[in-house]
Amino acid sequence: MLRFAAPVIVFLLMLVVFWQGLGRDPSVVPSPLVGKPAPAFSMPRLGQAEQQLSNADLKGEVVLLNVWATWCSGCRQEHDTLLRIAAMNDVPIYGLNWKDDSALALNWLDQLGNPYRATGVDADGRVAIDWGVYGAPETFLIDAQGTVLHKHIAPLTLEIWQRDFVPRIAAARAAAP
Amino acid sequence: MIRVCLLSLLLLMLPPVAGAIDADAPIADEEQRLLYEDLIAEVRCLVCQNQTIGDSTAPLAADLRREIRGMVESGQSEGQIKDFLTERYGEFVLYRPRYTGSTAVLWIAPGALVLMGGVALWRVVRKRATLPVTSEEEDAMDA
Repeated sequence: MLRFAAPVIVFLLMLVVFWQGLGRDPSVVPSPLVGKPAPAFSMPRLGQAEQQLSNADLKGEVVLLNVWATWCSGCRQEHDTLLRIAAMNDVPIYGLNWKDDSALALNWLDQLGNPYRATGVDADGRVAIDWGVYGAPETFLIDAQGTVLHKHIAPLTLEIWQRDFVPRIAAARAAAP
Repeated sequence: MIRVCLLSLLLLMLPPVAGAIDADAPIADEEQRLLYEDLIAEVRCLVCQNQTIGDSTAPLAADLRREIRGMVESGQSEGQIKDFLTERYGEFVLYRPRYTGSTAVLWIAPGALVLMGGVALWRVVRKRATLPVTSEEEDAMDA
């Protein structure tokens, strides 16, 4: 009996493994930061270079940190979604302008609208390395204590927002005193 | 003429001479330079996943080379630099991920599969060896 059943069982097991593998995107690398405190950073603000944007600004509420640049086509793609989320006036969005030209970045916000409460300028990419950024756009969800709750790689859509962000935000607010 | 042709052919076949990816002067300290070269040959470029940061011209790879160079020059050890990278990018950033709970299956599975295949093969071969020889096989042996 076993000699007939064994190959079938092995085949079914392989089928399950490969089937799951089909649904995975190899370009998405899970971030080891999720569940950990956000990395310490301090960078000049876009348009107000004399002021800094740092962890202290993010603390106290659930926030998004969105990594973007004017050279990034996916960022252009998700820009309208960010504007929609900003218009909901629920979760503030902070920007991390990654390896970009500040003049171009300011022009971008001017032309397309500015969804960010503030944007930090990371001209040499050092802050991005601390955050494990490897491909813009990336969006981090950070709770009031400064813990990274979730990281989304690739352009945001309202669908992804509803599915991956809204429940986590609700849970984080419910857990907070 | 033929000599020139053969010589150019020979030159074409030479492996490309290792070209430095960095524009900066190499690290002066020999030990540090070797550590740096080892590291950039082992760290994956996450933008172009099948290249090391030593091979890739992606801007992120250049940034990571700069960070690693700075850390090497400030005297940090290989372990410290690998910790720095895996804390940010996960074990996937290393071409040879370290043995941990989550990477154990990567290291064990190939050996386990070869072992299982070997045992199965050995059992089949041993069983076949005890089977009586058929008349067809006898004919084949005589031929």
